[in-house]
Amino acid sequence: MPSLPPDPYSFAQVISRVVRLSLKNRLQLLVAVIAVVMGALLQLSIPGFLGQAVDQAQALFEEAEAVAEVDPSPLYWTALTLFALSTIRGAFAFTHSFLGEAIAQHMGYELRMQYFEQLSKLSFRYHDHVHTGDLITRGILDIEGIRMFVNTGLLRIFFLLTLLGGGLTLMLRLDLFLSLISLTFVPFLAWRGTIASLSLRRNWLEIQDRLSDLTKVMDENLNGIRVVRAFHAQEHEMAKYDQAAARALSLFDRQIFVRVSNDSFMSFAFLTSMGLVLWFGGQAVASGSMTLGTLTTFLAFMTILQQPVRQIGMLINSFSRASSCGERLFRILDDTDYVQEALQGDAVTQAGPLEFRDVSFRYPGPDQPEVVQKVSFVIQPGQTLGLVGPQGCGKSTLVQLIPRFHEPTSGEVLYNGKPLRSYSLESLRRSISLVQQDTFLFTSSVNNNVLYGNPWASGNDVVSAASQAQLHEHIVKLPKDYDTLIGERGLALSGGQRQRLNISRSLLLGTRILILDDSTSAVDAGTEKKIRESLRDGAEERTTIIISHRIASLMHADQIIYLEHGQIQEQGDHEALLKLGGHYAQLYRLQTLD
Amino acid sequence: MSQRSLLFMHRHLADDPLPPGAVAPPPEVAEEDMFSSGYNQDVVKRFLDLIHPYRKTVLIAVLGLMVYTLTQVLFPLIIQKTLDGELGGLSNLSSLEFGILLFALVVLVNFMSHFGMELLVSRVAQRLLFDLRRGMFEHLQRVSLSFMDKTETGRLMSRLQGDVGALQEFLEALVYAIGDLILLFGIIFVLLWMDLRLGAMTLALLPVLLIIRIYWLPIARKAFVRARITSSVVTATMCENIRGIKVVQGMTRERVNRDLYEIKANDHFVATVRAAAIAQIMLPTVDTLTGVAMAIIALVGGSLVLQGELTAGVMIAYILYVQRFFDPIRALTLHYNAFQRAMASGERIFEVLDVPVGITDSPSAQDVGRTSGSVDFEDVTFGYNPQYPVLRQIHLEIPEGKTVALVGPTGCGKSSIASLIHRFYDTFEGQIRIGGHDIRSLTQDSLSRQIAMVLQEPYLFSTSLLENIRYNTASASREDVIRASKIVGAHEFISALPNGYETVVEERGSNLSLGQRQLISFARALVTNAPLLILDEATASIDSKSERLLQEALDRLLENRTALIIAHRLATVRKADQIIVLQDGQIIETGSHGELMELGGLYARLYSLNYASFDDIPEDLIQKLSQTESGLPEHLAGEIPSK
Repeated sequence: MPSLPPDPYSFAQVISRVVRLSLKNRLQLLVAVIAVVMGALLQLSIPGFLGQAVDQAQALFEEAEAVAEVDPSPLYWTALTLFALSTIRGAFAFTHSFLGEAIAQHMGYELRMQYFEQLSKLSFRYHDHVHTGDLITRGILDIEGIRMFVNTGLLRIFFLLTLLGGGLTLMLRLDLFLSLISLTFVPFLAWRGTIASLSLRRNWLEIQDRLSDLTKVMDENLNGIRVVRAFHAQEHEMAKYDQAAARALSLFDRQIFVRVSNDSFMSFAFLTSMGLVLWFGGQAVASGSMTLGTLTTFLAFMTILQQPVRQIGMLINSFSRASSCGERLFRILDDTDYVQEALQGDAVTQAGPLEFRDVSFRYPGPDQPEVVQKVSFVIQPGQTLGLVGPQGCGKSTLVQLIPRFHEPTSGEVLYNGKPLRSYSLESLRRSISLVQQDTFLFTSSVNNNVLYGNPWASGNDVVSAASQAQLHEHIVKLPKDYDTLIGERGLALSGGQRQRLNISRSLLLGTRILILDDSTSAVDAGTEKKIRESLRDGAEERTTIIISHRIASLMHADQIIYLEHGQIQEQGDHEALLKLGGHYAQLYRLQTLD
Repeated sequence: MSQRSLLFMHRHLADDPLPPGAVAPPPEVAEEDMFSSGYNQDVVKRFLDLIHPYRKTVLIAVLGLMVYTLTQVLFPLIIQKTLDGELGGLSNLSSLEFGILLFALVVLVNFMSHFGMELLVSRVAQRLLFDLRRGMFEHLQRVSLSFMDKTETGRLMSRLQGDVGALQEFLEALVYAIGDLILLFGIIFVLLWMDLRLGAMTLALLPVLLIIRIYWLPIARKAFVRARITSSVVTATMCENIRGIKVVQGMTRERVNRDLYEIKANDHFVATVRAAAIAQIMLPTVDTLTGVAMAIIALVGGSLVLQGELTAGVMIAYILYVQRFFDPIRALTLHYNAFQRAMASGERIFEVLDVPVGITDSPSAQDVGRTSGSVDFEDVTFGYNPQYPVLRQIHLEIPEGKTVALVGPTGCGKSSIASLIHRFYDTFEGQIRIGGHDIRSLTQDSLSRQIAMVLQEPYLFSTSLLENIRYNTASASREDVIRASKIVGAHEFISALPNGYETVVEERGSNLSLGQRQLISFARALVTNAPLLILDEATASIDSKSERLLQEALDRLLENRTALIIAHRLATVRKADQIIVLQDGQIIETGSHGELMELGGLYARLYSLNYASFDDIPEDLIQKLSQTESGLPEHLAGEIPSK
């Protein structure tokens, strides 16, 4: 039987991947680990000296009963050693916690960059199916969970192992029986720890999902606040919120219960061992087979071990959190829903015809209909194509095939005689502007928003692009004209202004192919006409595609396609289509109102 | 250009030149944090108010915590008494036997108090956070719409999540901090009680630590604040990039954004590493002091034992205590960062909670049941800014069962009239009545049940179409939903979907076309079955085919319904019982289509231009028409399709 490939998101795989990430700074990590180990060893050496001090004091005390004058200098030495050891230990503690934090932050930095780059690469198809709230949560919380792992998980494990291992060795040398007794709590910890770790990890994954749900509820509510208000649906929304919150809270309660009972049992086990040490050690001291100093050493060891025992709970938490956060993040980082790029793509160097040859497209997945069916046409440079048709007929999807936001399922799109796939993606996209109907405004000045696709353009270019889109006059009326800040959703601008800003943004790119996807729907026809006229200047080499429901917007195009159910129904210029007397002619009559 | 941390290798810092002016972070992110102080009494007080409902649980937890801490303090003491044989003679057991029994008892109490206390505290802490988040969210449902209009969703979300998250960290730290503090005092007490001289000498180290902290604090605060600000800049940048990803990819802006982001991420990295160095410097400080304390015990304690003034058991207990003595101090120092972050987050959370509620029910507001839905505006003046009223002295009337269309150029105040009826805002002057009741005398709930609203931009929630259509109309059955969908002509495309009415809408309805979303929002308004329909007609985004279906549906729908339509299409306008022409916030003409045509005013002139929509008419032309009497300017001749 062939063995199955290991699940890349199993606990072990995810953790080992996180560890590998921290190995990017292996030198720093090495120093940190050494500091951790040294710090732990020094900490272990201190009880010995404390015990020594007790024994010395007692020995001197007994000596003093016999002799009048005693030399207390051994005590001085012990005191000095204790002081020195503690100080050095502090230096090690600083080194390891500082380096640990720095490595962790660096890892966070790397992950942040990778995540950012990955999101930029993932295709439209991917982004269409993933909720932005979810992506944001992962980018914030999950990276945080992985980052924290370095200090609270990775380094702490070295600390714990050294303390336990070293403590055991030292104690064994002192007294075998008593040291075994003082470590009776360790197997118990290991057993509890494993169980808790598994259950906490499962729970964490669920908690993260529920928190994402909660985010979604809040995000949608705030974005759709006008609908909520219009329907006075506050109570309905609160009910939705409460439902999502209650689910998250009950998971948190379970999490808390597992964690707290685990912590309590661990500390109980520890204290029980301590009681046993006291019992057997006390008997040994009473019978004279052990000095009081040795017992002190044992008890001091156990006090030192108490802190890490308390931390085992945190350690488990850290591991489970890192593995669940890691899984969620790595799944996105590993996704390869990219647009495939040719290894040595050509640059788009000269204008040429744009051709669709029998192009069909469907979204992946079962039962997905063909959105575009066997579409063929050619547009020459300098020409304009008009696309019209009912809602959902595939117009937008069709034009999104040109910058390769989607890939045709069959057929081929060619530019200048060569398939689009033979061009480098970057060069291809730089030669196309697709102006979409929905405008996203970035929180920045008007100027920076216009500059978005071509940040190096000069101020004059910005003004001329804005003028071409008939926006300049509006901008100069704004409080700080081009420096006016516009918000995330561009609420300060009207729909028409936003669309015009979107157009000027694209015009600034000066591309060979310009696609206007219903991008003047909120612009009045008069202004739209002016925009169209200004676009005509310098358009000798430009291929223009206009999608619109308004016949007046595209009736002057060289070629008009009427699309329905993803198929070309009618094709020709305005006059020809009118003569044909089909859908287009009917639409035209409807819009001229007679 | 950007800072580099010497210790770490970077992948590659932006080689490409960066666009000028693009490096600065969003200005408003930074400053609000800069001035926040470490401690804010108000925040603490308000936080305590939040705890109030849980006071009994908290009280029990605090008692548990005290018991727990007491047991912690007792352990070394019991050990000392046992070893010094002081527990003998209390019963017929030996000192060791009695000591062990006592120890076992304390362990049991320790276990139970630890378990109970931590469980209670963690649960309360978690509930507090949920209460707080819920409180914020609920408050946002009631604040004025103008606040929501000017505030980005992302910023609110970061308060709902990031800041609440920071408080969570703080609350967890707080529990341990309180325990640490009690432990500290317990230890101080026991140390002084066992031996005053040795205790005083050990405790003399505390002021030293205090002085160091006083110098350390301001430096640390600055570093922590810097780390926090850079963090929020990084987060804000990432959020925006995710939300605008299609623009980013469409304009091949990936590389520039990546480089800009790298600079911000790097700043954040440098700031956090610096903050870590400053925070961790307290570790060696505390350790050195611990060393001094142990040296004192070895030396002074040893001498005292030597002189017979101290038993060896006491010295052992001292050693055990001192080892634990600095733990709480160290922990308290490390918690300082969480504490400070919590303060800043608390301030920002309470800032949201303090946003004034826009509109509240008056105490005498009543629920009037279903009214006729008729609307009267009497002398209404309104604006978003007191200095610039957008509506002036509006009188209008929508009689029961009649359809009134509002027309006029963009920005004339049409949408404001619709918002006012729903009382999204209050008027400056004048009164608005619905069904004869002043809208301010109704509860908002009652008012909203009089009105079905269709917004210009359809907004769908990511649930099934069925639930979207009966949004907040819980009483609507599946049949009601289907009936409404059939009326607006949405049934056909919905039933063609693989899952029909159960189809789940993807984020913002991205799996539906804009026209389809519009139809759904029509159906949604229909299902509410409210007496008054307010419809803000969308501007030309539905194709003509569905538009005609919709017109037919509207005709059927409006037949006996009181309705106000903010109309853009002539076809809709023409059929209205009454047309109100608005310009610059004032009503300039009123009447039916026929009457207005006869009047020969602005409406008649606009209509004669033969545009399908009033919005299609260029602004400058409207300006001209409202001043002159003559007909068509020449440059428009080509715009009107020839017949």
